[in-house]
Amino acid sequence: MNKTVKNADEALAGLEDGMTLALGGFGLCGIPENSITALVKKGKKNLTCISNNAGVDDFGLGLLLQKKLIKKMISSYVGENAEFERQMLSGELEVDLIPQGTLATRLMAGGYGMPAIFTPAGVGTEVAEGKEVRRFKFNGEEKDYLMEYAFEPDFAIVKAWKGDTMGNLVFRMTARNFSPLVAMAGKITVAEVEELVQPGELNPQEIHLPGIYVTRIFQGEKYEKRIEQRTVRKGS
Amino acid sequence: MLDKNGIAKRIAKEIKDGYYVNLGIGIPTLCANYIPQGVNVVLQSENGILGMGPFPFEGDEDADLINAGKQTVTLLPGAAIFDSALSFGMIRAQKVNLTILGAMEVSENGDIANWKIPGKMVKGMGGAMDLVASAKNIIVAMQHVNKAGESKLLPSCTLPITGLRCVKKIVTELGVLDVLPEGGFKLLERAPGISVEHIQNATAGKLIVDGEIPEMILD
Repeated sequence: MNKTVKNADEALAGLEDGMTLALGGFGLCGIPENSITALVKKGKKNLTCISNNAGVDDFGLGLLLQKKLIKKMISSYVGENAEFERQMLSGELEVDLIPQGTLATRLMAGGYGMPAIFTPAGVGTEVAEGKEVRRFKFNGEEKDYLMEYAFEPDFAIVKAWKGDTMGNLVFRMTARNFSPLVAMAGKITVAEVEELVQPGELNPQEIHLPGIYVTRIFQGEKYEKRIEQRTVRKGS
Repeated sequence: MLDKNGIAKRIAKEIKDGYYVNLGIGIPTLCANYIPQGVNVVLQSENGILGMGPFPFEGDEDADLINAGKQTVTLLPGAAIFDSALSFGMIRAQKVNLTILGAMEVSENGDIANWKIPGKMVKGMGGAMDLVASAKNIIVAMQHVNKAGESKLLPSCTLPITGLRCVKKIVTELGVLDVLPEGGFKLLERAPGISVEHIQNATAGKLIVDGEIPEMILD
């Protein structure tokens, strides 16, 4: 079984206007840089993007925002992007802000074949408006939980550190973040990797996401890996 | 009156040996600098770290290794990396012993508002709603009054709520207060040189002063 495609353009075949995409990454850490570049070039519009963050003005999903390709963002935190803020305040961009754990678990539920989850996050807040609330006795206390639906994006797009041609993925450090969850939720899942290897080269015990969830895989041309907040201490 | 580091130093005394701790952005992050010697704790960062270490030395930054504030960090021996669903799983399952976070407002029944100022700041809640909905032990680190001089300890929150009845303790530049289950801010300690009257004037919600209030001991 070989899921390898040549490049991001080939990996994103079938992606159309109006589709829902989920993308991995936390801030700029672990984002699918090559696929985002290809999305900008492709120019498909009215996209709904599920991603924890929305990039910065000139990198990550900010590049799609600049081209006005995104109709709606579903995120937990979007504080680093002036163009995002402008489009949101002017009403050009629809924004659904949801708790970070809810975002992660709704993606997970998609990949786990479960239509909904119950979470206490957001109970009593504006996040709960219009949502079903159920009371459970659990973990020694009785409290309210919100029902939240699984995500089923048309395309899931992630970056991994290493992957093999069968789609098995290994992530590096905190670049893992949402990526395995995004990858498991997709109807079509695209994985770009820093290093593409042959089956057998990855240790089966150390695979973070089995290839069954991955539709297409390719080695990214180059990675900038921009750091958002470079913090260091003195000395050595 | 305490500065930010003073608040962090006082809160750090609440961190006990063996705790798993999640520190929010801002003053809470500073608490890591004041954890007493001999107190072994594991710091959780909700983007997927247990065993987070200090900032890297210059030149050792790794774009793939950041904390939830998107700052470059390091890992300590025994650290573990995991995905975001597992990270919030351990938070929801109350495996994390202590959560320290900032707030814009806290009400006298423990409601917290810290994610949105309508028409002004709309950045999102990040992991704050998940943390406050599940954590058993939440300490808020914040200024007692805002820049306009208005109290942030209120009868009820005026800003959009992050979570209901969840804050247990508040440490400000003026003092330490418990939020009582039946409602009300119970004054426990005063910051050095601060009078009870000063704290009373800065607290819009119900302040409970029971007997002599000691000055806090920082060292």
